[in-house]
Amino acid sequence: MKVAKDLVAASATPMVLGILAEEESYGYAILRRINEMSGGELDWTEGLLYPLLHRLERLGHVESSWQSVAGERRRKYYRITDQGLAELAEQRRQWDTVVDALKEIWLGLGERRPMMALPLEGRA
Amino acid sequence: MTAQEDLEEQFAQWRQYVQRRRELVPADADELEDHLRGSVDELVAVGLRPDEAFLVAVKRMGSLDELSREFAQEHSERLWKQLVLTGGTDTPAADTGSRRDLWAMVICAAGAAVSIKLPELFGMSLERDGAFYGPNISLFAFPWLAAFLAWRRQPQPRLIAILVGLFVLGAVAANVYPLAETSQSVVITAIHLTIALWMVVGLSYVADEWRSSRRRMDFIRFTGECFIYFVLIALGGGVLIAFTFGTFNAIGINPEVFATQWLMPCGGVAAIVVAGWLVEAKQSVVENIAPVLTRLFTPLFTAVLLGFLIAFGLTSGAIDVEREALILFDLLLVVVLGLLLYSLSARDPLAPPRLFDKLQLALVVSALAIDVLVLLQITGRISEYGTTPNKAAALGENVILLANLAWSAWLLFRFVRRTTPFVTLERWQTGYLPVYAAWAWIVVLVFPPLFSYF
Repeated sequence: MKVAKDLVAASATPMVLGILAEEESYGYAILRRINEMSGGELDWTEGLLYPLLHRLERLGHVESSWQSVAGERRRKYYRITDQGLAELAEQRRQWDTVVDALKEIWLGLGERRPMMALPLEGRA
Repeated sequence: MTAQEDLEEQFAQWRQYVQRRRELVPADADELEDHLRGSVDELVAVGLRPDEAFLVAVKRMGSLDELSREFAQEHSERLWKQLVLTGGTDTPAADTGSRRDLWAMVICAAGAAVSIKLPELFGMSLERDGAFYGPNISLFAFPWLAAFLAWRRQPQPRLIAILVGLFVLGAVAANVYPLAETSQSVVITAIHLTIALWMVVGLSYVADEWRSSRRRMDFIRFTGECFIYFVLIALGGGVLIAFTFGTFNAIGINPEVFATQWLMPCGGVAAIVVAGWLVEAKQSVVENIAPVLTRLFTPLFTAVLLGFLIAFGLTSGAIDVEREALILFDLLLVVVLGLLLYSLSARDPLAPPRLFDKLQLALVVSALAIDVLVLLQITGRISEYGTTPNKAAALGENVILLANLAWSAWLLFRFVRRTTPFVTLERWQTGYLPVYAAWAWIVVLVFPPLFSYF
């Protein structure tokens, strides 16, 4: 199973902001993190990640700097800003609403399904 | 060790591909390269050979087309060529270069602005001393532009000495002859000294490569773009002055003295330096405008000139060659020459002749035909009324332009017939530049005494 492209795009911003809220990071590490978390189900490309990072930077949600950590290559690190944290909180609220609603529906379905199935079985 | 070198070479090659994309700036290339390296390191760690790892990593990144399309959606401004005045953070070397240029330009523009006010310390006035400011006007701006260009080009000391010498000669010619404000020669000297000194700016532009036809063509391009920028700046300046008048009048202050004595003269001469700097700074950043205008107007001018010839044939009336007519037709030839030059300047020298070249030939031939008609009418008149500096200068210009266009028409004809390469035409035009300069200097230096300072 692969997650649909639209869904990947929609969830990209809160995911990146969430990862950066833990600690500052760079593109490759963010991508790997997302891969690990989703067990490889989320099909993220560089063409999605880097333009998104640049957009978040332009909007002021993250800031970037070139740093060289000892023993490593010079890398462009992204750090979340206060504004980005506020944005993350807002996105979380929205996602929680969506997820709660979906759970409600699906759990309800799960309870109702046997009832709907029963008459079918009864007729057979 | 060699595997590592191989890998580095592959990275370098990959970078080259990336940097060819306009959507991806060098900082993006750095970032993507780091990503690629991370990917390669991980693959090597699980047992792949470096070259295999590189291939897999590149494949994973996906096609560059797709990648740059994604980048373009976020950075659409990169597809518009932007003029970066102070440089980004991308290339520090180019950045300091453009910043130093900026400062040199500011100094030269300020120098021009100050120099036009200096004569007032010696009792001159912009309003009253037209006989002084008229002929000298180009001397307040062009030396500064030439200085800026020379500063950029760093020519040999001998060329600098020649440039200085020519400007001094211009200053002497403008001021040594006793010309009254009402004499024709004041206007003629003002116009021709401007042409002569612009050619000196040209010498400063081409610098040590003054023999090179390509560099001279660059100067022709520079002239056209500079002119367009100057006109645009002047339009903006007009708006600024209009607002200055409007706003200050509203609070009961009359800004007329400030606007006419300071803003217009100082801004005018400084704008010339700024225009020159803009052309230098924006090379290849913005599409050249002069060739675009040429494309638009060549067919229109051809139609008008052909229409004029047909109407003239039908009415068989005489051309009114009183007073300004000769100058008008001179200007027509200048416009036709300009149309020819700027389409030459933007043309791929190796492209075969096209319809546009034939159109150009029609334009030049019809302009020549009209000019011959005018010359036939005018030769009788000159002996009738006697020569004046105005007529002699206008006639001289006409002959020079006629000679240029006649030979250009011949070369164009041969080019359209595919018997001469295009470069001959280009060489002819660039080789002709000194003729204009020589004639302008003759008018400035010889005409006033020749016509006894009339």
